[in-house]
Amino acid sequence: MDETMLDGNAAAGDFQELFAVEVTQMVGVCAGCGLTGPLAEAHAFSLAPGLTLRCPGCDAVLARLVHLPDRTLFELRGLRRLEVS
Amino acid sequence: MSPITRGFRRREPSGDDSRLPPGQHLVGGFPVLSAGPTPHTPLDQWTFTIDGMIDEPLRWTWEELRALPAEPVRCDIHCVTSWSKLDTEWEGVSLDTLLDGVATEADYVTAWCDGGYTTNLPIEDVTDGRAWVAFGYDGRPLEPEHGGPARLLVPHLYLWKSAKWVRGITLRPDNEPGFWEALGYHQRGDPWQEQRYWGD
Amino acid sequence: MAGAALLGRLTPPPALRWQIARVVSVRAETPRAITLALDVPEWPGHRAGQHVDVRLTAEDGYRAQRSYSIASPPLASVLEITVERLEDGEVSPWLAREAEPGDELELRGPIGGYFVWEPARGGPLLLIAGGSGLVPLMGIERLRRAATPELASTLLVSARSPEELIYAEELEGAVVTYTREPPPGWTGYARRVDRAMLAEVAPPPEQRPHCYVCGPTSFVEVVAEALVALGHHRALIKTERFGATGG
Repeated sequence: MDETMLDGNAAAGDFQELFAVEVTQMVGVCAGCGLTGPLAEAHAFSLAPGLTLRCPGCDAVLARLVHLPDRTLFELRGLRRLEVS
Repeated sequence: MSPITRGFRRREPSGDDSRLPPGQHLVGGFPVLSAGPTPHTPLDQWTFTIDGMIDEPLRWTWEELRALPAEPVRCDIHCVTSWSKLDTEWEGVSLDTLLDGVATEADYVTAWCDGGYTTNLPIEDVTDGRAWVAFGYDGRPLEPEHGGPARLLVPHLYLWKSAKWVRGITLRPDNEPGFWEALGYHQRGDPWQEQRYWGD
Repeated sequence: MAGAALLGRLTPPPALRWQIARVVSVRAETPRAITLALDVPEWPGHRAGQHVDVRLTAEDGYRAQRSYSIASPPLASVLEITVERLEDGEVSPWLAREAEPGDELELRGPIGGYFVWEPARGGPLLLIAGGSGLVPLMGIERLRRAATPELASTLLVSARSPEELIYAEELEGAVVTYTREPPPGWTGYARRVDRAMLAEVAPPPEQRPHCYVCGPTSFVEVVAEALVALGHHRALIKTERFGATGG
């Protein structure tokens, strides 16, 4: 068990600053295995050059975010879709 | 402009700053940085492969890799997140040994790993004594959290190029951005030129 | 109208930007944990369970940032966070040992929309805390006690020893388990939270309690899986993992 692994709650601040929307409640669908759940329950690895959110089922990368000095890059390719209900 | 926090400073041990590339500081421990869970491939299933622009892919089992001549490596390591460690001691098989006799026109390699991590390098950055498949650290088998059983070790570049849990390299004509290089990090990563991000 | 309701929920939360917060007071909770009361001039208010990011900047420009759960309930007059000092922490040692009234730091928040509770969600509540995971759960419990005390809640707290139990004086009625050093004469639980303990402590699944679990990653995973195994519905279990290197 990797104690340094957190969950999507740890990514909330970064995404909220970007999107001005609260993302942890959003339900995501993993493009790899189809597992569906709130982003808060994704596995977050942030002790790294960037933040990586992974599917808690199959470990596939759902989303990544990198803070550069002058900009932020992120990608959400591993999420087939996001739902707000 | 952030206000200065009274009395706050970075924790760091004192040491020889003159060997530090710009923007780096020394650390005492060995921080663990990962983009995913630690893989645990059993050694009897572990292989290292060289494929791509090569007549016949090469593959070594763990036993076969360990039977190759290995060497101690003493080097400074520099992480793009700004920490550095001096005089770290490793043991590994030089990529020159693995590429011995290989004819290729590849200009680049992509290292690929258990867990899906990749990183791209110019081929000259992994040859001529500049890179190893490292399986020992500090006199002991490399710990899983630090990339064990084996990681790529390319100490003259930022440590994200020293891919943990490496399982092979693909010889390529093109420079295909790897895991972090696709999302803002420099394609080459020379700490002495502070090549951290795109455009540096 | 469905569209308007959706738009309402997508309405941006208060703009998330770094603000300057001033330390108003510092209060020791345990030898390693302190509660900081902060004055944040443009604080928009928060929901129980949310957290803030705190950022410190050194003279040479070096910055470190960490997340801390809000301990004070939503309508309290001052914002409070409780910080546990980690041995090799970057930020927590300064907050726990250096911070003085009048000091300024940067703060961003409130953050989080998943690990939150308000009375409208109802209960009963099942709050399970590992170590400093008690902080956001106490924010929730303080809100419940102030706003809807008739709503039932069960609070289960795991701590290493009595010296490390935060908010001890507010834990009357809570179930505490000590994992390293129980007090002399202790007749309560003295082990890590496990399925058997949860079976005895938690309300039965038929009551559909809202479960909130917070603490180190392995704690959260063991407890969440045990709750599911006992029959609690996954959708009613909210988790927040605190890193061992969080601070």
